[in-house]
Amino acid sequence: MKHQIWLYLAVMAAVCYAIRVLPLTLLRKRIRNRFLRSFLYYVPYVTLSVMTFPSIIEATRSPVAGGAALGFGILLAWMGAGLFPVAASCCAVVFVLEWFLVSA
Amino acid sequence: MRFLQEHRRSLRLGARDGVPIGLGYFAVAFSLGIAARNAGLTAIQGFFLSFFGMASAGEYAAITVIAANASYLEMALVTLITNARYLLMSFALSQRMDPAAPLRHRLFVGYSITDELFGIAVARPVPLDPWYCYGSYLVAIPCWASGTAVGVIAGNLLPARVVSALSVALFGMFIAVVVPPAKRDKVIGLFALLSFGASFAASRLLPMLSGGTRTILLTLLLSGLAATLFPVPDDTETQKEVDV
Repeated sequence: MKHQIWLYLAVMAAVCYAIRVLPLTLLRKRIRNRFLRSFLYYVPYVTLSVMTFPSIIEATRSPVAGGAALGFGILLAWMGAGLFPVAASCCAVVFVLEWFLVSA
Repeated sequence: MRFLQEHRRSLRLGARDGVPIGLGYFAVAFSLGIAARNAGLTAIQGFFLSFFGMASAGEYAAITVIAANASYLEMALVTLITNARYLLMSFALSQRMDPAAPLRHRLFVGYSITDELFGIAVARPVPLDPWYCYGSYLVAIPCWASGTAVGVIAGNLLPARVVSALSVALFGMFIAVVVPPAKRDKVIGLFALLSFGASFAASRLLPMLSGGTRTILLTLLLSGLAATLFPVPDDTETQKEVDV
């Protein structure tokens, strides 16, 4: 069965909003459980890393270009570049490399 | 109009700080729009995806769920996991708002907690003026949502070469969020590398798992492992979560 995109979006919107608003409205105390706090502390970085690789080498037409963008992005961010410069540089790396690696 | 005069300063401050964020959002949202188009979303659907999602990682994960034609339950779980960090930010903001702040402000401020907008909000004095947040939201949200819609439309018109290059903007942003804390906290760096390896291995060894399921399972597993082996000290401030 083919699912409805609008229903998918409604489910996403409801969950997203609940996550953002429930703590703000219902709970005003700090989380005390150490495991839970540690878990929530690591979640964003693990999630983002899992989603970045290997997807980045599958999103580009040449996996080599995607891999190079990953390496260059890490290097730039390590040196202190912000969100937008890193994202733009990754695009530039792929654009330039694919000029040589992919025909047409 | 007295109402506007009272809050004009905060609104303007928020809007000013929202401009660079909005510009960055537009570019990344464009790349998200390309992914959304590939999953079969229309420009209007892309607009609402971003208007309600307000999260690059969460929306990208949602797009993979749609592309895989997975169940609505999986959509709910994937959304929960990929946006779990906003739960923590929402807790942090709840400590910074005036305890007497009315419910309607809490409902609106919470709506657009993102890494960046939360980042500028916690940099403001306590108690946080909700109108500052609204100023930044008014600039950043339209940029984000319209960027996605434009990506869905223009992704069709652009040469394949350019689309291929722009499709990594999103990942570039993810990298820029992960690397600075990884530099400061070696455990984060270690687990980022472990995540790369585990994600790659899972995509090759367990190809029947959809991208979204892979994200959920590995996030639960690796974050749980990190929290067990390297629990964070009690004095770790929630601001430590945020680097953008």
